[in-house]
Amino acid sequence: MSWWLPLQGSTFAPQIDGLFLAILIITGVAFVIVETGLIWFVFKYRGRPGRKGHYTHGNAKAEVVWTAIPAVTVVALGLVSNHYWKEIKGRDSIPADAYPIGIHAKQFEWQVTYPGPDGQLGTADDFTVRNQLHVPVGRNIVVVLTSEDVIHSFWVPVLRLKQDAVPGLTIRAWFQATVPGQYELGCAELCGMGHYRMRARVFVHTAAEYDAWAHQQAQGGAS
Amino acid sequence: MSGIAAAAPAVHAHHDDRSFIRKYIFSTDHKIIGIQFLFVSLFFLFLGGLLAMQIRWQLGYPGRPMPGGGILPETMAPGGVILPEYYIQLVTMHGTFMVFFAIMPLLVGVFANYLIPLKIGAHDMAFPRINMWSFWSAFAGGLVMFASLFVPEGAARAGWTMYAPLSARHDLSGAGVGQELWSISIVLLGLSSILGSLNYITTIINNRTPGMTWFRLPLSVWALFITAILGLLALPVLSGAAIMLLFEQILGTHFFDPAAGGQVLLWQHLFWFFGHPEVYILILPGMGMVSDIVANGSRKPIFGYHSMVFALVGIGFLGWIVWGHHMFMSGMNPTLGSTFMVTTMVIAVPSAIKVFNWMGTMWRGNLRFHVPMLNAIGFVAMFVIGGLSGVFMAATPVDMPIHDTYFIVAHIHYVLFGGSLFALFGAITFWYPNMFGRMMNERWGKIHFWLTLLFFNLTFFPMHILGMGGHMRRIYDPTQYDFLKPYQPMNTFITLSAFALFASQLIFALNFLLSLKWGKKAPLNPWEDNGLEWTLATPPPHGNWDRPPTVYRGPYEYSAPQVAEDYLPQSRKLPTDREPAAAPVAGH
Repeated sequence: MSWWLPLQGSTFAPQIDGLFLAILIITGVAFVIVETGLIWFVFKYRGRPGRKGHYTHGNAKAEVVWTAIPAVTVVALGLVSNHYWKEIKGRDSIPADAYPIGIHAKQFEWQVTYPGPDGQLGTADDFTVRNQLHVPVGRNIVVVLTSEDVIHSFWVPVLRLKQDAVPGLTIRAWFQATVPGQYELGCAELCGMGHYRMRARVFVHTAAEYDAWAHQQAQGGAS
Repeated sequence: MSGIAAAAPAVHAHHDDRSFIRKYIFSTDHKIIGIQFLFVSLFFLFLGGLLAMQIRWQLGYPGRPMPGGGILPETMAPGGVILPEYYIQLVTMHGTFMVFFAIMPLLVGVFANYLIPLKIGAHDMAFPRINMWSFWSAFAGGLVMFASLFVPEGAARAGWTMYAPLSARHDLSGAGVGQELWSISIVLLGLSSILGSLNYITTIINNRTPGMTWFRLPLSVWALFITAILGLLALPVLSGAAIMLLFEQILGTHFFDPAAGGQVLLWQHLFWFFGHPEVYILILPGMGMVSDIVANGSRKPIFGYHSMVFALVGIGFLGWIVWGHHMFMSGMNPTLGSTFMVTTMVIAVPSAIKVFNWMGTMWRGNLRFHVPMLNAIGFVAMFVIGGLSGVFMAATPVDMPIHDTYFIVAHIHYVLFGGSLFALFGAITFWYPNMFGRMMNERWGKIHFWLTLLFFNLTFFPMHILGMGGHMRRIYDPTQYDFLKPYQPMNTFITLSAFALFASQLIFALNFLLSLKWGKKAPLNPWEDNGLEWTLATPPPHGNWDRPPTVYRGPYEYSAPQVAEDYLPQSRKLPTDREPAAAPVAGH
């Protein structure tokens, strides 16, 4: 069991994890200040008979300080986050050379459509594999997400990529896998009683391995 | 002597000749209505907890027969083994009961009703009969929701957020009439909240006693005022959405059906446009009551009263423009995601202001650790964790891996249990003597607090780790996934902690029930508080005051130098005090 985040399997995974760590440090400092402050006050100012509290209604300077510091911090966090957000999920962030893979979600399976030798989706040489996502390492991939019935959510922890598949919408999301291996894809949005088993295997291949696999599948699919 | 003695002759002067039914069942007395809400919502709190225990059994011991599960019908748990279709009913109804029928009515139904007139010196609500209907409408809603557990195919199955089209199409969810009953129940509950909110707003504006100016209102009343505005504006949206969903279910409309020109995301926009203000409806009253209790327990004026009020108003305003952060992964335009991220980040600021002001209030105080104070400090300590974990999911890129995982489950429970429920344990204990004339047991109250604090953290803190590992929400059997198998010991640990947490709550339940009869008789003003409610007999009579009290100062004059005691009630007249102008509206 890991006490930290899963393996970083995509180009933007280190950025997201870095931001996670930065927020953990910032919130960790706030957490320690508040909790130790509370515990310290509980001991230091515990009531003694015959004593009164310090009669004050507040302090304007203190209010300004503890309004300004969180405000500046969160706005800065927002700006930094937005930079990465646009790079990862922005509508114009999808690389032009990205290799398209169609993913059609339905209760309770993932139908993955590959573009075949011509590299284009929606042509005759496409082929579809159930519950298996094969991708080449080190290449930009764009998944074109659609749904048959209800909302599902495409979720591959090692890629740090999550995107809902919504009936009536065609949603594109890109990634580049960086570590060859076998991983899992799960559904992250409650989609019915089989939600828990709406699972697929993810295979990140070397380029040569992928080509061989795709070639073999295209042969099988074309026959 | 003090103002208490001066007010004493007013006590018991009221002759009450109402019949039992008018007095206790179809009552128009705001205090009785508050207490009616209290008993009904505590029942739903217990029921929601029971459902949670079944969820935890399945997650800790997937596929193993649940002890006592044999009493459930074959369609839910044959031989005590929970079925997937029953599991999704469990998560749906746990969320539904807790949010709509436990926490929200406990905070608003109970305390807005009970406290507002008493704290502002009014005889009752502005519209007592509407108030009665507000309770009975909520009661009917609760009854319908409760009944939905027992219909064929069982209760609703689409999660408490009821995302369409799963919630709209029985062929996709496998649900039956329970799904429609959910919608009907929510419409009834919405009606109740709208009626209640109207009443709270009107009462606070019009029925304040002479001298009770806006900036002498206790922060609990301020918080309930802002909450009521949120309720009045948000609940109609939920009710409208629930009616659309009901039409979709029974009339075959296509609001959410893209095949016929509908929009799936419409439901989410409507739901969260209600749902995010709702989150603040579920925390603001707690913040307000905790402010009252922290000042009382610290024997100090609240630090930065005006900042506290402006922070409440700020949260109330910003709460309307953050709903899209629930939809970062929904396919909504990512540029909108940027906008909602900024507003969401900004809403952290008023929350931070409140936390620092509570700490400022405790600073150089003379702290009394009575049970309400312990729970109020627990609230601050736990709310901070829930608030800070919110920053992670507000940052859109970080939300990508943690969205719809146990990280969110941890966050919502730190806010709703660590926040709202600790506030409620404090508030119920604090105002119990006012409601029932008896004290809850102090020692058992402390044991309950410490056990709850311990097991709450053991239950919910590890969920952050599960969420970081990618553990999805609402999955029936995590061991289906290879990457989640190593987390199974942690799931079992959480389950055992949750059982201990539930068992600890039985202490509170027993303390609450047994003290009704055997609790120590409450003295007048047992907490030496400044609020107007403590100048009355406990419990206060119908109509509260013979003559409206006069207010001379703010609610937090603790340890004031003018008097020897460390508290100075709002209605106690000192020789230097002048008579205030007449009441804002002669509504008495």
